[in-house]
Amino acid sequence: MDFLLDILSGIFLAGGSFFCLTGALGLLRFPEFFSRIHAASLTDTLGASLILIGLMLQAGWGLALPKLILILIFSLLAGTTASHAMAKAALKSGLKPIDQIGSGEKGTEEQKK
Amino acid sequence: MFALTALTLLVVMALALIRAFLGPTLYDRILAVNNFGTKTVLLIAVMDFLSGRPDFLDIAIVYALINFISIIGVLRFFEYTEKKTAEYQD
Repeated sequence: MDFLLDILSGIFLAGGSFFCLTGALGLLRFPEFFSRIHAASLTDTLGASLILIGLMLQAGWGLALPKLILILIFSLLAGTTASHAMAKAALKSGLKPIDQIGSGEKGTEEQKK
Repeated sequence: MFALTALTLLVVMALALIRAFLGPTLYDRILAVNNFGTKTVLLIAVMDFLSGRPDFLDIAIVYALINFISIIGVLRFFEYTEKKTAEYQD
């Protein structure tokens, strides 16, 4: 049973590490802010959940399990709320998504108006 | 497996720091710092289990709270002062 739990938590930890790494690569390599926040926030939620579930499987029925559940719940709430606030603040401060500042699109939109 | 996860989280935090240093706008830096903070919480939790004594999970909870509050505070501050300087400099 312990062996099975070890393998299961290893799978969860490896999946979480993979999603965190892809999120960081997207955060580093994507061309502008809104694609970066898309990559970072989505993989942040899934990667943190998977890593914390993998740790919960190793924790046993101690005091560490409710603390990990608290971290998971707060990470799910705070990550999504912070991402929404960042995207809303960036939109309000005049940062445009890339299909509106892309090559030639802005000129044709202004000529239509 | 804990060591591999901790190493991956350190690599992720290094990549987020690179984006925070070279991000062209203010919001890229805030996004990178937020990502760095959440990965710090995960790193504290993983390092607890790596050392065998899960005693520092309270610090992880407090770090998550402080990270969220500080990101919201910085956003509320720059949402009203940073109107036109957030454009991309091509």
